[in-house]
Amino acid sequence: MGEGKMKEKEKALVVEGVSRSFGGVRAVDQVSLILDTGMSTVMIGPNGAGKTTLFNLIAGVYPLDEGKITLFGEDISKASIQRRSELGLVRTYQTCNLFKELTVEENLYLSLKNSPWGASRGCLEPFLPWVSDKVRRERIEEICRVMQLEALKDTLVLNMSHGQQRQLELGMAIISDPKIILFDEPMAGLSPTERVFIGELIKKLAREKIILVIEHDMDFAMSITDRIAVLDHGRLIKVGTPQEISRDPEVQKIYKLHG
Amino acid sequence: MIYISTFLNGLTIAGYLFLMALGLNLSFGLMNIVNMSHGTMYLAGGFIGWTVLSKTGSWFLGLLMAGASMGVFAFVEDLLFLRRARGNMTMETLITLSISIIGADLIVGIFSGRTRQVKIPKLLQGAFPVGDFYFPKYNLFIILFAVFFGIIFWFVLKKTKIGMIIRAGVDDQEIVSTLGFDIKLLFSAIFTLSGILAGIAGMIGGTFQNLVSGQDSSVMVYTLLIVIIGGMGSFEGAIFGSLIIGMAFTFGSLLAPQFSQFFLFAPVAIVLVFSPRGIFGKGR
Repeated sequence: MGEGKMKEKEKALVVEGVSRSFGGVRAVDQVSLILDTGMSTVMIGPNGAGKTTLFNLIAGVYPLDEGKITLFGEDISKASIQRRSELGLVRTYQTCNLFKELTVEENLYLSLKNSPWGASRGCLEPFLPWVSDKVRRERIEEICRVMQLEALKDTLVLNMSHGQQRQLELGMAIISDPKIILFDEPMAGLSPTERVFIGELIKKLAREKIILVIEHDMDFAMSITDRIAVLDHGRLIKVGTPQEISRDPEVQKIYKLHG
Repeated sequence: MIYISTFLNGLTIAGYLFLMALGLNLSFGLMNIVNMSHGTMYLAGGFIGWTVLSKTGSWFLGLLMAGASMGVFAFVEDLLFLRRARGNMTMETLITLSISIIGADLIVGIFSGRTRQVKIPKLLQGAFPVGDFYFPKYNLFIILFAVFFGIIFWFVLKKTKIGMIIRAGVDDQEIVSTLGFDIKLLFSAIFTLSGILAGIAGMIGGTFQNLVSGQDSSVMVYTLLIVIIGGMGSFEGAIFGSLIIGMAFTFGSLLAPQFSQFFLFAPVAIVLVFSPRGIFGKGR
């Protein structure tokens, strides 16, 4: 293996020639993508381009038909969702995926599994009252402050607004201090005020962590990072700066076609 | 006074059915499995408990072995069969149905088809007066045992980390897995626990009303009715469903014995019309 190849393997996330079909439809077709520190990326593309499917392949929701994914040098192509999470990969969903019957505090508590705060307090730990877990509850307080959810700590998720649920989902994504975060349309369905709050938070995260965001709003996408990836019909068309992307004839053709 | 004694008998039946419903409900809610072998575990647990009691003379050892043996049985059933069919509800239901049919025949083959009377332990024999009738100590034991288990389970489910994970799993098992929890291990643990509960219920229920071949089906039907009434995966639903079926059983038999089956199924029909997911059922 050459030195260049070796370095590539040590990158945070390396997606190599990944494909996935559903029936006769090739949802993701030979996609290769590298993510590393300072390489936060926004993924754009028309509906049905395969963006969420690619997320699901990286997160381990669907198995790969072909290709390989490595996370910090470890081949995770066949690894469980759990293992990927242990390695520091978290994701959010297009529609908020939260435990609706649990409170905000309980949702955040469960998200601390793979984190420095998640260390076991002994074999009896699962059977101890979780409210006595001071270290984790302090971390929860901290995240509630950051996400402006302090007043809603004991509220059941099903009684919260969509914006508040999105705030909680982001809180759950960052509470374990992950290394890579995949955001699937984090601004969808938010009010203008909520968009400002969540947008600022994602921009901050883009500087501190490695993030991959699916986003349709081009202005917002460009404010997060200057690395854009364009997906169409399951294929990765182009990765580049906003200027490079807007000048690319193939990208122009796709967006003309889709109006 | 007859109504008070009928009410207390209803509570007694609700007590051991609650243990059954709790186990079935947990595996139903968390794993989406309609475990049709749950009734078989009840009867097999009862027969194993009875055998241990006959050999050792200890009812409590029989109770322990009934629970332990059915825990092992459920663990093996999950490991060998259900894990391979995970996510395929039809296949999972067919597997548990097959095991229940084979299990029922095996029970007849091993223990013969004769009715077995499980002797009440000395400590719990006798009765105490309630007004102008006597209420058996053993019936009170069943009620207290169910209340005790109910409190323990309530505490574990609502206050501990493992309980939180189980409730989260009932809500959405995919996110639980995404967060890094070992969902396979959790499924195995819950299925084993449901087997333990069915075995214990078999020994307790078998002592209350004898062990009869074919009882696996009737107990299974009552337990399913409880889950339908109470709502899939709901702890509160298991309590209320058990109480409704226990009372419908005893009061139906007292007031209109010819309509006793009607009294059992009428609450199910009413609940299904007004709340198809059960009284405490969760949206899915």
